[in-house]
Amino acid sequence: MRRRSFLTALMAGAVAPRLSWADAGSPAILGAAREADGTYALFGLTAQGADTFRIPLPARGHAAAAHPTAPEAVAFARSPGTFALVLNCATGKVMARLHAPQGRHFYGHGTFIADGDILCTSENDYQAGQGRIGLWSRSQGWRRVGEIPTHGTGPHEIRRMPGDVLVAANGGYRNHPDSPGVKLGVAEMRPNLAYVSADGDLLDKMELDESLRLNSIRHIALGRDGLVAFGMQWQGDPAEGVPLMGLHRRGGPAVLDRMPIHEAVAMAGYVGSVAFDAARRQVAISSPRGGRVQIFDDTGGHLRTILREDVCGLAPAGRGFFVSDGLGGLTRADDLITPLAKRGGRAWDHHLVPVTA
Amino acid sequence: MRAALLPVFVLALLPRPALPDVTGAVNDHVLPATRNFAETTGALADAATADCRAVSLRPAYQDAFDGWMGLSHLGFGPLEQDGRALTIEFWPDPRGLVARTVRGLVADADPVVDDPQAFAEVSIAGRGLMALERVIHGDNADYGPDDYECRYARAIAVDLSAIAADIRTDWADHAQLMLTAGTADNSRYLSAKEPEQALYTALLSAIEFDADQRIGRPMGTFDKPRPKSAEAWRSDRPSRNIRLSLAALRDLALRMSDTPIPVTEAAFETAQQTAMALDDARLAGVADPQSRLKIEILQQQIRAIGDAVRGEIGGGLGLTAGFNSRDGD
Repeated sequence: MRRRSFLTALMAGAVAPRLSWADAGSPAILGAAREADGTYALFGLTAQGADTFRIPLPARGHAAAAHPTAPEAVAFARSPGTFALVLNCATGKVMARLHAPQGRHFYGHGTFIADGDILCTSENDYQAGQGRIGLWSRSQGWRRVGEIPTHGTGPHEIRRMPGDVLVAANGGYRNHPDSPGVKLGVAEMRPNLAYVSADGDLLDKMELDESLRLNSIRHIALGRDGLVAFGMQWQGDPAEGVPLMGLHRRGGPAVLDRMPIHEAVAMAGYVGSVAFDAARRQVAISSPRGGRVQIFDDTGGHLRTILREDVCGLAPAGRGFFVSDGLGGLTRADDLITPLAKRGGRAWDHHLVPVTA
Repeated sequence: MRAALLPVFVLALLPRPALPDVTGAVNDHVLPATRNFAETTGALADAATADCRAVSLRPAYQDAFDGWMGLSHLGFGPLEQDGRALTIEFWPDPRGLVARTVRGLVADADPVVDDPQAFAEVSIAGRGLMALERVIHGDNADYGPDDYECRYARAIAVDLSAIAADIRTDWADHAQLMLTAGTADNSRYLSAKEPEQALYTALLSAIEFDADQRIGRPMGTFDKPRPKSAEAWRSDRPSRNIRLSLAALRDLALRMSDTPIPVTEAAFETAQQTAMALDDARLAGVADPQSRLKIEILQQQIRAIGDAVRGEIGGGLGLTAGFNSRDGD
């Protein structure tokens, strides 16, 4: 209760943003990439694939969080990273550096609540091995103002749902900043999808059947009427061809994808991104390891497969999706595959982030 | 030792204007492989039509599998449409789906085997080379000409031949796409670099497949080797498949590079020599500490081919594999 009034007080203090995304060239999506000279940058991109801005990044990024109205993006280092940069996309300036507190590391994703005043970051309390959501106040100069539990282990992507409910993909295994790339506690993992209030209360929790407990729930997209699509990474034998995407609505059962077995096997047990289309009728998952995107209807029925080597980034684009890959390809996939601007030497990183304003 | 290595290093370090030879790789490696697989599966279908008993089919089955080893590494393009690669060879199969599907069809004497079009809709675990192996090398391989298994074997053979013919046709079209990469109406290959990348990734993935799957699966762990996880062990193919795969991959590596690749060639040669010296058709030696070591050495030598390819071909052509696919999350 005390935390709620604290947040309300913070919101009241928020100043209206002066700049808008139009000042950053009205990008439709944000994407990070490695450029031909080996340096990294965050780009704003129009729906036609043209650059609206380019801001250098000090290292390889993972995902970004776009502010809902102001032209500001938070770029996260690769997990398990300990810093994030708040960038003014209109000026290209670094507005703030966020450092994970002692004993915490970032997982590479974040989202805004409280009308854009509070940035939420997925984090690991690596001594306790418990997932946390860090809370940072934009109006207080990006000061850390608290944290709430994710009610699970190893959270990855978090998303804001209506009413500032946060949905967190608790992947089930842990990481430690001293040993990047090492998955801890896989044998005991029990991933979940947790619905958490801004005060940290657990509102709902979805766990898959015990037989799928090695399926790490990592990425989330939001559909119509509270529908949540989640993408998974299978820690068992990739040749088993288990489901890698599920759909869930609070209070209901999860529905798993119905991919043909050959496509499930070809996904190599790995989903890198998940997105709904703009109408939120279709959901897409990507596998850079399988070099393919699978598109489903919003009940998990398989519609089609798009083949692109090293494909990963997905974002809504009208009736279809923006699709980016590590070879510099940026395409729009609806009924047709339409190549957008192709830039040799630019390797698009894991995620494309839609700009909602 | 150092003196002997020196010339190789000098060659590797020489600056060279490497040009990937996509045309050569397609015309002299890919298209002949599709033709060969179409012909060997066509012969298998002919053999099955004439006499579908196991003893009659086994030689043609071996030839068709040989043909597949010349093609299976080209996992992009026509082979990744409609799950063709997995339909042709449903392996690895950790859930035992081939056994279950074949058993089910036989138990029901499912008449789907009498209708080629309907058979093409059967679960892919019940089709292809691995299902055929179950029928002609399994427990009931002594079936007679009037038994269900005979019709089933014929259906699989005819289906394989049809898939192979489709692949051959589709590859003729796909070759054009690769050779016109980057043109305005080519939405498959957006730049001239992409076909090179596709071949390069196929090469590296197949080297990894040989090491991690063809050898890694039966290796299991020292305490728990899994010889019966070896690829097509019932038909004595595990070791042969590795040798044929290495030969095909060496050919692809040579064709796709227009400059000498001595380090890569030497790595292929080393692994091929070890593979030929194994004298263990089924890789059953994984369960014996002495022979297991030899198989482990072969696995390391195959991984060393990957390193050579990355350095010599990838480095020379400015290709890298997997900005995203080799990164997590």
